[in-house]
Amino acid sequence: MTAVLTIAGYGFREAVRRKVFAVVIVLTACFLALFWLANHYVFTRLSTITPPADVNVDTRTFAGAFLLGLAMFATLFLGVVLAVFLTLGVVSGDAERGLLQPLVVRPVGRTTLLLSRFLGAAVVCIVYVLAVYGSALAIIDLTGHWTPASKVAPGLEIAGGVVIVIAISILGSVVLSSTANGIAVFMLFGAGLVAGLLGTIGHALNSPAIQHASRDAAWALPFEALYQDGLRLISSDASGLTGFLLQLGPFGGAYVHGWGIRLWSVGYLCIALALAVFAFSRRDL
Amino acid sequence: MAHALAVHGLEKRYESVEALKGVDLSVEEGELVGLLGPNGAGKSTLVKIAVGLVHATRGRAEVVGAPAGSRAARADLGYLAELFRFPGWYTADEVLELHQRLARSEGGAAERARLLELVALADARDRRVEGMSKGMQQRLGIAQALVGSPRMLVLDEPTSALDPAGRRVVRVLLEDLRDRGVSVLLNSHLLSEIELVCDRVAILRAGEVVAAGSPAELSRPRGIELETDEGTRTVEGATREDAPRLVAEAVAAGRRVYGVRVLTSTLEDTYLEAVGDEVS
Repeated sequence: MTAVLTIAGYGFREAVRRKVFAVVIVLTACFLALFWLANHYVFTRLSTITPPADVNVDTRTFAGAFLLGLAMFATLFLGVVLAVFLTLGVVSGDAERGLLQPLVVRPVGRTTLLLSRFLGAAVVCIVYVLAVYGSALAIIDLTGHWTPASKVAPGLEIAGGVVIVIAISILGSVVLSSTANGIAVFMLFGAGLVAGLLGTIGHALNSPAIQHASRDAAWALPFEALYQDGLRLISSDASGLTGFLLQLGPFGGAYVHGWGIRLWSVGYLCIALALAVFAFSRRDL
Repeated sequence: MAHALAVHGLEKRYESVEALKGVDLSVEEGELVGLLGPNGAGKSTLVKIAVGLVHATRGRAEVVGAPAGSRAARADLGYLAELFRFPGWYTADEVLELHQRLARSEGGAAERARLLELVALADARDRRVEGMSKGMQQRLGIAQALVGSPRMLVLDEPTSALDPAGRRVVRVLLEDLRDRGVSVLLNSHLLSEIELVCDRVAILRAGEVVAAGSPAELSRPRGIELETDEGTRTVEGATREDAPRLVAEAVAAGRRVYGVRVLTSTLEDTYLEAVGDEVS
């Protein structure tokens, strides 16, 4: 346990020193300030928005769910930025710089070393994601007096999505250089988001081909599916036209959701970490 | 009793490159063995296999009887890599504390102070690594390798960044370690350093041990130099035992003998003979 805490603390200090946290905190502060401003204007002017008489839309729910969906996307993005910069060079990068070798020859062993770095990054990212998500919820509640049907679960699902990205990044760091790994993880993340957006469009258009492709992508990259499931949960009490409009996206809708994808996400995480540990144990340094 | 380090038939292939071709080598308890060879001879690969950083293609390596790379082997090992770096924001004391935790050393502050004293860094205890010279970082690396009092110490080019005074510090430290029964495998390009401190030397060339033995064994007789009234001549192949006979023969032949010198090859001569014209 001492070794795990030591390695996790080592990674934490490294991130502080490299100003990873400073960059992310500045970005987050900017986002939250702009988000508060957007909420303030949207909810201030909400009473002036009058849908046509035959259109039954709950404007407060629509605005609240849409804005929270936007906040969830930003939280996921910022969480992934933090995750990638904490882990992209955990193996190859540190080995190239000669930081890893003195640690690997210690009795602590490669598996503990790698899993400790994962745990350290995961704890930091989970705390960060929940803090930003909680702040967004509080801003919407204070400015618009609206709260989603499910408050905690969407935040946990975004945090879970970021943890999966950490595992992918750590696996990538074993086999790729830092730069290549960073590019690869961000491209995978982008691909997942595009697939999710396509899926939303496919469902709106009722296109089986697009639905099928986006569903496969969601299972292949489950951080996207968890994000989609989180979006579904915040608007699960919206019905009628309001619910339909939210499902059109981009910050609403869900075509892969429920316990199946959550369990698969846990399995995916274990597989990614097992592959990383196996590849690291075989790697020459 | 197990060797401090033993490698048997060690082979390593990096795709098409054969870095090691069946190397056998051992380091006994309390023995200081030097590893010599030109760049690309396989020295660093051998060292990295011994400490578990690189996997052998064939053969085996053991540290105090445990397979290299195993937890038991790592527990008995101290290692200074050729190219290493400590996080710049750590102080010297923090670097050692980090390694104490990873090595499960219970030496505490007393051990850290003793190690910093050993490598002449007692005054730099609270200095950050980024504020240290290369030589200081290298000495800190040696102190780090000694955390937990390892039985087997593997040093890969430990003096490459040191000035003459720093080299002397390390030389004295190595002799002290040997006196305390610590085994050392020293990989270095500095022949003079190896010759001064090592009990045995192994010379590698193209992945094979081409010469091995004590510095004295490797320093072979080269002949006798005789200075007479006719001038100076060298009798090739003659040894120290031949000197009285050669002097007697010269005197019997009516020559006046002014001087006799036994010529022996240096470790450098042996090294150059062993590696041929290969340039490091």
